[in-house]
Amino acid sequence: MSSIIHGAGAATTTLSTFNSVDSKKLFVAPSRTNLSVRSQRYIVAGSDASKKSFGSGLRVRHSQKLIPNAVATKEADTSASTGHELLLFEALQEGLEEEMDRDPHVCVMGEDVGHYGGSYKVTKGLADKFGDLRVLDTPICENAFTGMGIGAAMTGLRPVIEGMNMGFLLLAFNQISNNCGMLHYTSGGQFTIPVVIRGPGGVGRQLGAEHSQRLESYFQSIPGIQMVACSTPYNAKGLMKAAIRSENPVILFEHVLLYNLKEKIPDEDYICNLEEAEMVRPGEHITILTYSRMRYHVMQAAKTLVNKGYDPEVIDIRSLKPFDLHTIGNSVKKTHRVLIVEECMRTGGIGASLTAAINENFHDYLDAPVMCLSSQDVPTPYAGTLEEWTVVQPAQIVTAVEQLCQ
Amino acid sequence: MALHLRSSSSSKSTLLNILRHNLGFGSRSHVTRHIRQILPHDPPLRGSQNPISRLCNTMAEPETLSSFVQHEYANNHQVMDFPGGKVAFTPEIQFISESDKERVPCYRVLDDNGQLITNSQFVQVSEEVAVKIYSDMVTLQIMDNIFYEAQRQGRLSFYATAIGEEAINIASAAALTPQDVIFPQYREPGVLLWRGFTLQEFANQCFGNKSDYGKGRQMPVHYGSNKLNYFTVSATIATQLPNAVGAAYSLKMDKKDACAVTYFGDGGTSEGDFHAALNFAAVMEAPVLFICRNNGWAISTPTSDQFRSDGVVVKGRAYGIRSIRVDGNDALAMYSAVHTAREMAIREQRPILIEALTYRVGHHSTSDDSTRYRSAGEIEWWNKARNPLSRFRTWIESNGWWSDKTESDLRSRIKKEMLEALRVAEKTEKPNLQNMFSDVYDVPPSNLREQELLVRQTINSHPQDYPSDVPL
Repeated sequence: MSSIIHGAGAATTTLSTFNSVDSKKLFVAPSRTNLSVRSQRYIVAGSDASKKSFGSGLRVRHSQKLIPNAVATKEADTSASTGHELLLFEALQEGLEEEMDRDPHVCVMGEDVGHYGGSYKVTKGLADKFGDLRVLDTPICENAFTGMGIGAAMTGLRPVIEGMNMGFLLLAFNQISNNCGMLHYTSGGQFTIPVVIRGPGGVGRQLGAEHSQRLESYFQSIPGIQMVACSTPYNAKGLMKAAIRSENPVILFEHVLLYNLKEKIPDEDYICNLEEAEMVRPGEHITILTYSRMRYHVMQAAKTLVNKGYDPEVIDIRSLKPFDLHTIGNSVKKTHRVLIVEECMRTGGIGASLTAAINENFHDYLDAPVMCLSSQDVPTPYAGTLEEWTVVQPAQIVTAVEQLCQ
Repeated sequence: MALHLRSSSSSKSTLLNILRHNLGFGSRSHVTRHIRQILPHDPPLRGSQNPISRLCNTMAEPETLSSFVQHEYANNHQVMDFPGGKVAFTPEIQFISESDKERVPCYRVLDDNGQLITNSQFVQVSEEVAVKIYSDMVTLQIMDNIFYEAQRQGRLSFYATAIGEEAINIASAAALTPQDVIFPQYREPGVLLWRGFTLQEFANQCFGNKSDYGKGRQMPVHYGSNKLNYFTVSATIATQLPNAVGAAYSLKMDKKDACAVTYFGDGGTSEGDFHAALNFAAVMEAPVLFICRNNGWAISTPTSDQFRSDGVVVKGRAYGIRSIRVDGNDALAMYSAVHTAREMAIREQRPILIEALTYRVGHHSTSDDSTRYRSAGEIEWWNKARNPLSRFRTWIESNGWWSDKTESDLRSRIKKEMLEALRVAEKTEKPNLQNMFSDVYDVPPSNLREQELLVRQTINSHPQDYPSDVPL
């Protein structure tokens, strides 16, 4: 197992197992396709996904067979889908470029986003296309360029502010909390702040403690902002576009290790609903809530669990603030058991809030206490072996499910 | 459109002179400009990084790396290419002094008695503008005094006056156009006043009633008006500086004939945001005016404990920003400086730093008693001998534009209006409870709707614990 998680070498190869997993293919036996709940509706390729209020964020293909092993070789996809294949960072870039084409007010600012193309190449090529003013390289001061983005937003632009690493945005906390989150409220609605703040976070591959932070736990209390986390090329592009179009300030959390995921996404214009969770795998026995990179650890564990006879329902919560309690609630009411798998630390993380929310709202439906698997309350060690053990591994997830389902 | 700027060749004095205007650029019809005196100009700055085309970095050409370029300077200096441009070497171990022998001189036009200083350069103002400037200064003074008294009487919860800084407030606003976007700290209500915010609107915000544009969510003096391009006051110090740079960037992108203007105090210059914003503005070549009200005190911290540089004006050079020091209690000088700076900022797409020297006559706020850390005599002296209103009044009276009668008429009218505004604002209903939950997002999400329901349920079951003047 560890060899799958810790492939050697460059990031492109370590996730080779995940690269070939088409996140839209569900591990579903045909009998389970009749789920009628709103957010679980299956929409076939080619639907008009611009209906924001609809469960249009989910795309599932019916043509399912069980994928028995993790390393599925990508068979020639001759199904009638149009669409193009790309990596997650390219999906983000595509979404950003489409929005910049669509609306001349959208601009990008951050460190090295211009001709360097961004540290993770999300803004590659944009400076050449839109100019140095619209894709702005800034000096190194996160508070200042976040503040700049807020001021520009109040004057009519729609900035996309990139933090080179989410951890650096701790320096921008003042601007994000006091100005970004509050000014729409304190000005009596006179000034809107339609910014998108995005960047990679999470535990990477030996990046050290300062570059392995989970900012979603620190930001989750700030009133006035929305937080979403992308996990697949499909939802990365959809969430990026939805965030840019939203009138609220949105923080989009990407993960350092997911940038090279490959997937086929539709050619047509689509967005993902910012407040919706994504049903990854419907099931009956237990609800597993997760987001970002942990989704893949959960799906890895799900394979093992299926072989052992369990039927987990996996939901990628995607919307970290506010939680999609509708989807989550329906799932809890069905399975009566909840396991939360997150990368945040135990204390004060997204899982802690989610546990509280579920206990408060769905207490009567639970057959067992909500269990939450998180990272320990330690700074992320540099040593690869230690770093591996700060992050929740599939084996732990399997054990937890077995424990909960006794 | 010649740009004339003399920076002294010696490092000893940094005399900054007024530039020649290009008449007709963005001019307002009622202002004529008479800037006299042209000065010899410097060669243009090397290697100015235009953000529009920034691909080339300053790599030295190969030839100069392998051999030194010999220039015959007086001391036989050599010159070498480094990132950023050519730098001359010196064999003498020389430190740049931490301060100049003489402080940067302060631009003023009216002397302490309100007489025009001979040979002074200033932008002419018409009678109409001068009278409005003075009237608004008087209005601001009266408004501040009445609101302050109201707080002392328990009618208002909090207030912060701008007493002593009326000239900065009004004269700077007069030199701008309505399209210039303002990012205030919290001691600049005069800018709003100049632009047409009424006494009633000020009172509404202070009382937080339902006519307040902020919907009663903020404390008094945290004004904001999108139609007057005055961005809502955010209490955190200096956070508005990067915001202003962002707004200037937005104006630059749209190629608007306007600039961003931001105000802050001497204390605000210690914040990291000040330094970052100045640096950013210089690099982005953003049209923004940084106006520092150096009023000597940051609550109880005097400027000697705030920084050790020669005030704030010298900090501009460190970031490559053109700067000027002005007598903040001289309305005519403030007007001229801001007017000139604004034109420079927009025409040349550059930031300008203005340090306005003044004195905070009032307390920091109604929660402060400044006699605890400074002498009452000092306050009294500034209020009497350096009062911005009396100096400007002398000047407009000498032009025949003002008299004792107009003064007393104005004062009694404003006082009446203020008291009426207070009375009306006090009686006006507070905003509905629903406003506690709206505008957090564009549409209230489910958790906020739920929380509002809970609050209402609590109020229903314990009505006696709930204030009676907030409608449900």
